[in-house]
Amino acid sequence: MNRINKKLQEDKKLLSIYFTAGYPSLTDTVTIIQNLEKSGVDMIEIGLPFSDPLADGPTIQASSTQALKNGMTTEVLFNQLKDIRKTVSIPLIIMGYFNPMLQYGVEAFCKKCQEIGIDGLIIPDLPVDVYNETYKATFEKYGLINIFLITPQTSVERIRFIDSISNGFIYMVSSASVTGSQSGFGDEQTSYFKRIADMNLKNPQVIGFGISDNTTFTQATQYAKGAIIGSAFIKHLSTKPVSSINDFVNFIVK
Amino acid sequence: MNYNVNEKGYYGEFGGAYIPEMLYPNVEELRQNYLKIMAEPSFKKEFDQLLKDYVGRPSPLYFAKRLSEKYNTKIYLKREDLNHTGAHKINNTIGQILMAKRLGKTRIIAETGAGQHGVATATVCALMGLECIVYMGEIDIARQAPNVARMKMLGATVVPALSGSRTLKDATNEAIRDWINNPVNTHYIIGSAIGPHPYPDMVTRFQSVISEEIKWQLKEHEGTENPNYVVACIGGGSNAAGTYYHYLHEPDVKIIAVEAAGLGVDSGESAATSVLGKEGIIHGCKTLLMQTKDGQITEPYSISAGLDYPGVGPMHAHLCKTGRAEFMAITDDEAMKAGLELCKLEGIIPAIESSHALAIFEQKIFKPTDVVVVSLSGRGDKDLQNYIEYFKI
Repeated sequence: MNRINKKLQEDKKLLSIYFTAGYPSLTDTVTIIQNLEKSGVDMIEIGLPFSDPLADGPTIQASSTQALKNGMTTEVLFNQLKDIRKTVSIPLIIMGYFNPMLQYGVEAFCKKCQEIGIDGLIIPDLPVDVYNETYKATFEKYGLINIFLITPQTSVERIRFIDSISNGFIYMVSSASVTGSQSGFGDEQTSYFKRIADMNLKNPQVIGFGISDNTTFTQATQYAKGAIIGSAFIKHLSTKPVSSINDFVNFIVK
Repeated sequence: MNYNVNEKGYYGEFGGAYIPEMLYPNVEELRQNYLKIMAEPSFKKEFDQLLKDYVGRPSPLYFAKRLSEKYNTKIYLKREDLNHTGAHKINNTIGQILMAKRLGKTRIIAETGAGQHGVATATVCALMGLECIVYMGEIDIARQAPNVARMKMLGATVVPALSGSRTLKDATNEAIRDWINNPVNTHYIIGSAIGPHPYPDMVTRFQSVISEEIKWQLKEHEGTENPNYVVACIGGGSNAAGTYYHYLHEPDVKIIAVEAAGLGVDSGESAATSVLGKEGIIHGCKTLLMQTKDGQITEPYSISAGLDYPGVGPMHAHLCKTGRAEFMAITDDEAMKAGLELCKLEGIIPAIESSHALAIFEQKIFKPTDVVVVSLSGRGDKDLQNYIEYFKI
């Protein structure tokens, strides 16, 4: 069974952390992953940096620009991760934009992910219908779970469709926004969380965008299986050493 | 061969809508409604009326006698430079502002490079009394001060794009992010024939008035609707798309697309996407774009701010791939020389973008009987500083 599915079966609320590979320095990737696992994080999204990250706010954009300046590429990332499964056992997901994958070759990319032990992919600009018609078979051939996003504006019909072609979890974007632009959840968001929870989808939901501390993590996981933190963690890394990751995680889950 | 968009939003293998889910409702709303709205008699009436009374259409099709004599062929200039705001851009912004109103949108966003599309958007927002936010790269703001002032005078808010290379592609990213953050009340007026479907098709249709007019105007001049060649410069490719549109399926009309070679196609400082680009995804569509081997989008260069876009509209990528259009690349120097030549021979100061299209006559020999229609997409007032510095005037 895929590590993501196994993790989703655990009787706990999951904390997933996103970071940009190659930031703050090029060679931090493996250490960050190891420290996150040691700190008790349940799942990791490894961001493959892109020059034009449309769905990301200033924090992740800046980290992507820096990572690219540092020399991060698809090839470099795969090399850094080649022995990762010797030391890390939690689910690992690569999150990136579609063009770098397209240039690497979608099949070659998926094959490499399987060799390394990557469990899933999140590709914000790969549309659901294109995935379904063109790439689903390839992803499945290499045992990769593709994770789709939904937003407060996504129609019920479309959510049902996304649920039907998903086999891991659904990434619930907390509000209409790019990453890192929210602080705290209001009534509108909690009613959206509740509305989705009440749909009884076959895939569990994990909420992302706007989770930055213990309060928002607790609020989100009241309605969902887990929550994803990205920008807040990148901000932490921008000022604190990689060795202090434990402090960040403790601050979130307390 | 079909050169128009198919029902799935593709031109051959190019196009589509590679957008984050956050944008899906906005783009889908537009996709479902744009053709319906454009077909409404009340929409057509309002659009045509504004093009006539406000933009000043039809723009003349002018027989450039002295230029024709020099190159021993028959050259006609489609005078988009005479439009209100000085370029073809306003054809599209008029269409899109009417679209936005019918969709019930109250807030307009746009991206701009040199500021021409920003000015055209700010203009129609003032005309309709809608809030207007224009994203512009920090570097472009510094080098295009007069257009920034124009936008402000017209009531728009100009927001600097501070990310990435701080030019047009980053301004486009920022506009897209704004749209993600404001999905309900906002319409994004994209300025070129780029972006996710239906934008390339919608922009092309609004610009197609250019070739619609060329047809009847040429009939008056030459007794035939079809020239031997239609020529236009290409950045994203909106003036080109409009110039070609009604000739795409006329096999006796040859299409020439002129890209900016910058300092030279192989110099590392160029915007010749058809030569240097490779299939990929930029700003929501699959097309030819300039990128690293690793799929990171690179920064193009041209002296002309309107042509230095790292991609090309998906329709043009298809025209290139199928060989329907001949692509030519013109350097900064060749364009500047052609621009000055038009001033001296015809008394018209062209935009540097349009000067690229004019420069092909030094490279390609046409027959004396050939009728060549060139889209003079914009006027050169905005480029005065560039001309002054280049020619040390």
